[in-house]
Amino acid sequence: MGMTMTEKILAAHAGLDEVRPGQLINAKVDFVLGNDITAPVAIEEFRKLGLERVFDPERIILVPDHFTPAKDIKSAEQAKILRDFAREYGIKHYFEIGRVGIEHCLLPEQGLVAPGELIIGADSHTCTYGALGAFATGVGSTDMAAAMATGELWFKVPETILFNYYGHLQPWVGGKDLILYAIGDIGVDGARYMAMEFTGEAIAELSLDGRFTMANMAIEAGGKNGIFAPDAKALAYLEGRVKRPYKIYTSDPDAEYAQVKEYDAGKIAPQVAFPHLPENVKPVTEVGEILIDQVVIGSCTNGRLEDLRVAARLLQGKKVHPEVRLIVIPGTQEIYLQALREGLIEIFIEAGAAVSTPTCGPCLGGHMGILARGERALSTTNRNFVGRMGHPESEVYLAGPAVAAASAVRGRIAAPEEVL
Amino acid sequence: MLIRGRAHRFGDDIDTDAIIPARYLNTSDPAELARHCMEDADPQFTSKIHPGDIIVAGKNFGCGSSREHAPIAIKAAGLSAVIAHSFARIFYRNAINIGLPILESPEAAARIQDGDEVLVEVEEGVIRNLTRGETYDIIPFPPFMQELMTAGGLMSYVARKVGKNV
Ligand code: SF4
Repeated sequence: MGMTMTEKILAAHAGLDEVRPGQLINAKVDFVLGNDITAPVAIEEFRKLGLERVFDPERIILVPDHFTPAKDIKSAEQAKILRDFAREYGIKHYFEIGRVGIEHCLLPEQGLVAPGELIIGADSHTCTYGALGAFATGVGSTDMAAAMATGELWFKVPETILFNYYGHLQPWVGGKDLILYAIGDIGVDGARYMAMEFTGEAIAELSLDGRFTMANMAIEAGGKNGIFAPDAKALAYLEGRVKRPYKIYTSDPDAEYAQVKEYDAGKIAPQVAFPHLPENVKPVTEVGEILIDQVVIGSCTNGRLEDLRVAARLLQGKKVHPEVRLIVIPGTQEIYLQALREGLIEIFIEAGAAVSTPTCGPCLGGHMGILARGERALSTTNRNFVGRMGHPESEVYLAGPAVAAASAVRGRIAAPEEVL
Repeated sequence: MLIRGRAHRFGDDIDTDAIIPARYLNTSDPAELARHCMEDADPQFTSKIHPGDIIVAGKNFGCGSSREHAPIAIKAAGLSAVIAHSFARIFYRNAINIGLPILESPEAAARIQDGDEVLVEVEEGVIRNLTRGETYDIIPFPPFMQELMTAGGLMSYVARKVGKNV
């Protein structure tokens, strides 16, 4: 019996010829990631072991991105724990403010993700890297500490759900809409403990940026990882970024899937997730009149260059609604610089948006745009839980960059066509 | 192991932002995290609980972020266990890794009411509802995870592997 690409990668890293869903394995990890919230807890645990070195200083990645540039004294202390640890243990991939970006935008861009690799991160959206055909999953801080010490971790081999998006993408539809549609279908625990493998004609049409968005939100369906077979587009993305050798795994034709979901991409319109779960999804055409106070375009879900381009196309020559605050946050310095060179930043500022240095900021209600009681935001981020972006009585609606830009102009949740 | 306490009921899909809101994550001090445990699900929660009390919840408890601050906040608040219909994956790992007892029991999650007195016999795999005189089965852990928990969590297990004592 064949194996899925997720099973093949896990088997290879566990030194086994074959693994089956449900099997518990010990696997070698290629990279271990932590951020300014999760790494301090991991570092404290790691230090208790009294080891003089980490398993491999070139395979640990520390990204202070959540509350940075430090929003208060406590956050500054947390970030300093990473900085001190990185210096003490010679961690090669530590990213300082001015060079840092949101971790899940940053790692692929910096060539720290290659197909066939096994990456764990003490951040739930580590699953983003599956867009490049890696097995990547979020773990906790203790897992991170254990992996920093041993270079290994235990895993339960997940079952896989295959999502086949046949047909063609509709105008203004991107990765965010495809994944919200799936989460709306299967629910926030529809893929609990499972791998989500994405394929189909519409996926082939999707850019890498769109695939990162989809893999990123696998966790919002409870998934362990999201994964795409690397195609020519993926290889083009990797070219010049990844210099080490890597191996491409694809699923066997007779691989066993727990479920196969078939979606007609031609019937998927831009989607909006209503409070307070990402599964409360409706097409933008059916949302009704929902006034908003703030729009955020950014995050590890939709803070990439293509997202900014889409938003700029709709915002060009227009003004943000007088009663709306639009905050745009490029995911990394490279994205920021490229957006600057292409004139996108100028479009945002002329439209009346605030543009920030890369940070998670408002996505988790950290800083840079917290909501007051009773306020409503439309955001290109990934979670709309109670209190996610600020006051527990505020509301978050999720959508892609096209709906976000259109909504910023109209002052209510709007379809992209409404501002053309 | 015996766990005994009063039940506090929550619904489905209780996410990590409800368990410990991100606005408090500029620290990882367990005592401080404990003060805000479950705050966005029930702002009065920490004033209602007694040491040893138990959280009972529906499906997908702990969904969302990977923050280990969530099980840490629950443990540091003095709660002795979480019983749920099901757990989100990373929360499940984290709880096992830090030694917070979590028990999957769809039956218990459906039947136990707020304020019920509950006794959990972990090795026997049963939950006794002392208030209602009912017993419910627990879905057992795979042997490897039991081993991890008996070892005192993941770091003690790792310490043994790398030849250090913690
Ligand atoms: S942008 Fe949001 S979801 Fe992504 S890593 Fe940062 S806080 Fe997490």
